[in-house]
Amino acid sequence: MRIHLTSVFVDDQEKAARFYTEVLGFVKKHDVPIGDDRWLTVVSPEDPHGTELLLEPSGHPAVQPYKTALVEDGIPVTSFAVQDVAVEFDRLRGLGVNFTQEPLEMGPVTTAVFDDTCGNLIQIQHGG
Amino acid sequence: MSEDVFKALADPTRRRILDELVERDGQTLFEICARLLNKHGLGLTRQAISQHLAVLESAGLVHSRREGRYKFHDLNTEPLERIVTRWLRPEASERTP
Repeated sequence: MRIHLTSVFVDDQEKAARFYTEVLGFVKKHDVPIGDDRWLTVVSPEDPHGTELLLEPSGHPAVQPYKTALVEDGIPVTSFAVQDVAVEFDRLRGLGVNFTQEPLEMGPVTTAVFDDTCGNLIQIQHGG
Repeated sequence: MSEDVFKALADPTRRRILDELVERDGQTLFEICARLLNKHGLGLTRQAISQHLAVLESAGLVHSRREGRYKFHDLNTEPLERIVTRWLRPEASERTP
């Protein structure tokens, strides 16, 4: 059994498709209409056959309270690995991304947390 | 009020939280938890850390503010200024220009 897919609930799939590709640098893999929504996934260009990220609609009533509560406490819904958090932080800030946690070095691991504009906080990390 | 401050400062975890806020002011609960765990090996639950923050807030040492959808915790050292000057000799404070 392999982990082939992970997901984040996004407020707006079109907005998410743009943010996750144009800003974060992922590439679209699948984009299939399902009723009013889409089966929308992206992958890393560094690993095009690797784990896909599903950008799910937030329609289910349980989702918004979950997202609101995590965001209030600064908790990211997932974490992406980068080469260098400080470099990525500068790059993303330059693109207008808002960070709730600036790069924090904790021994070998460095993390930072930003807003994906679709209702989630996302962590980036290097090391560990 | 000052009794609350002494009680708040009595706990080592709460002193660590203040240390971390000195290093970077305005942290989310997540960042405070990450620092306590990864820098100090303090594996407290998020609820436990929230409770410590509530004690610090009652003492006026931490102030929580909402910024849009986020909640940040800020350090407020003003309550400490009163207790620190309490036992300092009057000449000591006069010496400072």
